[in-house]
Amino acid sequence: MLLITCPWCGARDQSEFSYHGEAHIARPERPAQVSDAQWGAYLFMRKNPKGLHRERWVHSHGCRRWFYALRDTRDDRIHATYRPGDPPPDSAADPGAANPGSAT
Amino acid sequence: MSQINRLADGGRLNRAKVIRFWYDDKQYEGHPGDTLASALLANGVHLIGRSFKYHRPRGIFSAGPEEPNALVQLENGPHTEPNRRATEVELYEGLVAQSQNCWPSVGFDLGAVNARLSRLLPAGFYYKTFMWPRALWMGYEKMIRRAAGLGRAPAEPDPDRYDKTHAHCDVLVVGGGPAGLQAACAAGATGARVMLVDERSEFGGSLLDQGPASGRGGWDAAQWLVARLAELRQMKQVTLLPRTTVTGCYDDNFLVANERVTGHLGPTRGDHAPRERLWKIRARRVVLATGSIERPLIFADNDRPGVMLAGAVRAYINRFGVLPGRRIVVLTNNDSAYHTALDAYRAGATVEVVDIRRHPGGQLTDQARALGIAIHPNSAVSAVDTARGKITRVRVMTLSEDGGEVRGAARALGCDVVAVSGGWTPTVHLFSQAKGELAYHHDLHCFVPGKPSAANPLVGAGACCGAYTLAECLAQGRDAGRDAAAAAGFAGCADSPPAAQESEIAEPRDGPVRALWVLPCEHPLGRGPKKHFHDLQNDVTVADIHLAAREGFESVEHLKRYTTTGMGTDQGKTSNLNALAALSEWRGAPIPEIGVTTFRPPYTPLTFGAVAGHERRDLFLQKRTTPMHPWHEQRGAVYEDVGDWKRPLYFPARGEDMAAAVRRECLAARNAVGILDASTLGKIDIVGEHALELLDMVYANAWGGLAVGRCRYGLMLNEHGMVFDDGVTTRLGEHHYHMTTTTGGAARVLNWLEEWLQTEWPGRARVYCTSVTEQWAVASISGPHSRALLAQLCDEPLDGESFPFMSMREFAVAGIPARVFRVSFTGELAFEINVPARFGLALWQKLMAAGEPYGICAYGTEAMHVLRAEKGFIIVGQDTDGTVTPMDLGMDWIVSKNKADFAGKRSFSRADTARTGRKQLVGLLTEDPGFVLPEGAHLVEALGKPPMKMLGHVSSSYLSPNLGRSIALALVEDGLRRKGETLQVALMDGGGHKVTLTDTVFFDPDGGRARG
Repeated sequence: MLLITCPWCGARDQSEFSYHGEAHIARPERPAQVSDAQWGAYLFMRKNPKGLHRERWVHSHGCRRWFYALRDTRDDRIHATYRPGDPPPDSAADPGAANPGSAT
Repeated sequence: MSQINRLADGGRLNRAKVIRFWYDDKQYEGHPGDTLASALLANGVHLIGRSFKYHRPRGIFSAGPEEPNALVQLENGPHTEPNRRATEVELYEGLVAQSQNCWPSVGFDLGAVNARLSRLLPAGFYYKTFMWPRALWMGYEKMIRRAAGLGRAPAEPDPDRYDKTHAHCDVLVVGGGPAGLQAACAAGATGARVMLVDERSEFGGSLLDQGPASGRGGWDAAQWLVARLAELRQMKQVTLLPRTTVTGCYDDNFLVANERVTGHLGPTRGDHAPRERLWKIRARRVVLATGSIERPLIFADNDRPGVMLAGAVRAYINRFGVLPGRRIVVLTNNDSAYHTALDAYRAGATVEVVDIRRHPGGQLTDQARALGIAIHPNSAVSAVDTARGKITRVRVMTLSEDGGEVRGAARALGCDVVAVSGGWTPTVHLFSQAKGELAYHHDLHCFVPGKPSAANPLVGAGACCGAYTLAECLAQGRDAGRDAAAAAGFAGCADSPPAAQESEIAEPRDGPVRALWVLPCEHPLGRGPKKHFHDLQNDVTVADIHLAAREGFESVEHLKRYTTTGMGTDQGKTSNLNALAALSEWRGAPIPEIGVTTFRPPYTPLTFGAVAGHERRDLFLQKRTTPMHPWHEQRGAVYEDVGDWKRPLYFPARGEDMAAAVRRECLAARNAVGILDASTLGKIDIVGEHALELLDMVYANAWGGLAVGRCRYGLMLNEHGMVFDDGVTTRLGEHHYHMTTTTGGAARVLNWLEEWLQTEWPGRARVYCTSVTEQWAVASISGPHSRALLAQLCDEPLDGESFPFMSMREFAVAGIPARVFRVSFTGELAFEINVPARFGLALWQKLMAAGEPYGICAYGTEAMHVLRAEKGFIIVGQDTDGTVTPMDLGMDWIVSKNKADFAGKRSFSRADTARTGRKQLVGLLTEDPGFVLPEGAHLVEALGKPPMKMLGHVSSSYLSPNLGRSIALALVEDGLRRKGETLQVALMDGGGHKVTLTDTVFFDPDGGRARG
């Protein structure tokens, strides 16, 4: 069972958290004006990298707040966790992350 | 003739006390400190079971958790436990054990005919034999299950209690042998919180087995042990857990250990203490001092009772004061077994050593020679002769140059025990479970811990790392303990532990090992009557491995599953490496290239009781009940589970079945007044200046025009445009709303709101969402008399003008402050009366009393479903399944045309969402009005031979008492356009029923009753 650091509460057992998929999927500002392909990409297209992955977690059985984690899918190491709105941690070593600046 | 094999003195026993126990209906005696195995050996009992497949007689093989043979059925009745390793069962007064897998008795077993048929039971036998005809597999399975298996599971519920606990520590030391003790002392001295866990009843590990006479110069093992334990007991932050097995290692140093709290005392001796306690330990650092397990050499008929691991024989002599045999042949490829030879000789046995090495030479062999112990070098045991289940002699032949054959005349050595050693295999289970990489040690011929995984930086110390001398173990233990504490943030302190007295230990240096895995006999492997077993528990021979490899099962994981080697309760603790070696020889590839099978938890079997703990029966799953529950109980409600809630399904009157009760309830709610406990509805209090913005985003309809005190039904969609919840939301104040959700969807909806607020509008939205589901109790009264009933209990004008449909008023009902919502899920005039939860039962009772003259009738969820289906109201999750849009439900009217954006809107114009021919919700009327369609049944154009094209399915189906006929809702391809058509509903019996597609509203289509 992973030990996950909630940016508000600190390190807690994985069983307190829920996983919510890839992070930083930006919802189009004006959905009516995007193409079907763009909307489809927002709805369905997700990365499945072997390596570093930015993802959303929620501390369901704790503070109930969402946060982001930078996890290596190869060994399940979580390199960083950060709050929505915070700038993502340095992503130099993070070839897998798209839109690293848009913490929406 | 009691305890014929018990030595006059020695062993860690309380000889002053005699324990009586029963094995296979015979009474024996032993002493406190004995295991069942040691006590049986003391009484001369070697034969203890029949093997899994061939039913060959088997005896006690080891003295620890690796035992493959000596599995017993412990105790009777509800306390009975199958497959207990006799080598680990501590003896207690009155213990009762039975041998397993034999009938009628272990001495005379009818299943032994399998041994004669062994030609017909090759590797993969089950896969080869029972594959065809496929239809018979179900029958075969029953037969196989009966024939295979070991012990019996208890038939009665477990009467014992099991506990679970969580623990955090800085350093967890697994294994309390010399390395582990030293590690715990070193770590404890830094002030770190240390847990020392060991599976045995006593700490000391191999020191307990080795006895005092092992020639370590002036070093006194017993004294050292007492001193270390005293030291540890003085440290307040050190927890000592004997009789506790660490069974699994998971991510981030999370380990699970099972403590046998009172189980070793026998049934019902625990009083109020639990039988076992499962520890869930989160450790900052872990030191593995798990030791090593001896592996046997494989030779012809090496499974006979009396063939034992050499280290086990030594343990029985030194720890238990039992000499398993009078004449012992030691068969070895290494020096460690000479300890056994020497200890057995000193205990009074006649000893001869068969050493497969050409030139055994070391300090130990010299000592043996000096005592006159005969050593047969470059030799192998080629046959084991038995009489009446006991070994009488072995035959020994000379090995060829490459060890592939035996030559010359066989020499017969009389003996009753063969003590065998093929070297030692480090216990790397936990290291490997933690995804650490194993490295092959070419001198010791075994796998040792290599690179630890990033997730679990475990450190090994002692024999589990291939350190086989005491001095090495102590030094590694001390270093590992100190380093682990430092890594956990505890730098050493001034009074570091006293330097281990390694220099005082005079240990003989071991000579090299000869890696010869399978000892030949006069016949080639697999020919002739003799068998070379490498896996005793699963009855797998080296010939089986060769056969499997010939058939293409060359990968270790395939080999394991095909031959079953390494499976079962021992998980191949004594056999895995030998199996790898046999495969490696066959393939001509080195062992590291062959690899190992995955080590999975648990290390030794866990009881279901330990895993379940207290989480059984009522504590297995939480049960949510409403404040009105006592009334439901009193009225004998039949419940259904909705989420975790217990909701009354119906309230049967005396002698009523479900159909009659539901019919009565449905009629009352339309013709008089019905009352429903609606407290379980999800309720969310939404407050803040952006509340309206949030509602407009998560609901498909618009909320702008809603006045304070008014209610509106809303449909919630996900971003795919699919319906995922619905409910009525009421505006309580300028920026204050009361949202209701489906009972099962309450948590999901709250999460969805929070997700939107926190991740789409972080820091921007000033809205607070609070679950108030359990703060409000809700009684919903419905039917033509509901207004008159409510008027009895309040002073408020309730006419349609003062209190119109879809509005909310706050006033006292029966003196209780209430929020009353004039909303309706039945299509009748209805009021949902919300009161603070603590008044829920009182409100209900007042309503029931006041309603009596009006014929009030409590109704359950089944009647609620019928009533809403009569009105064509959907149930999200029953009539929708996550692929249904509002348009598919014919609810286009609810979707806002004016809002620029809301969750799911953009998806309406996606090609698949916008296309025609989607599955859409329609009503169904059966040809026979009395026939109720089964929910889930498929609709087809016409009945024919399967496969038929499925057009949709029945989502709701009831007998409607108010309409006097059956009604149903269904999702049907292009259903809205097909209204008026007839289709067939295919039934399970192969027949069908004709239905007409209709509108979904069966009752009061213009809705006048609810507004009235």
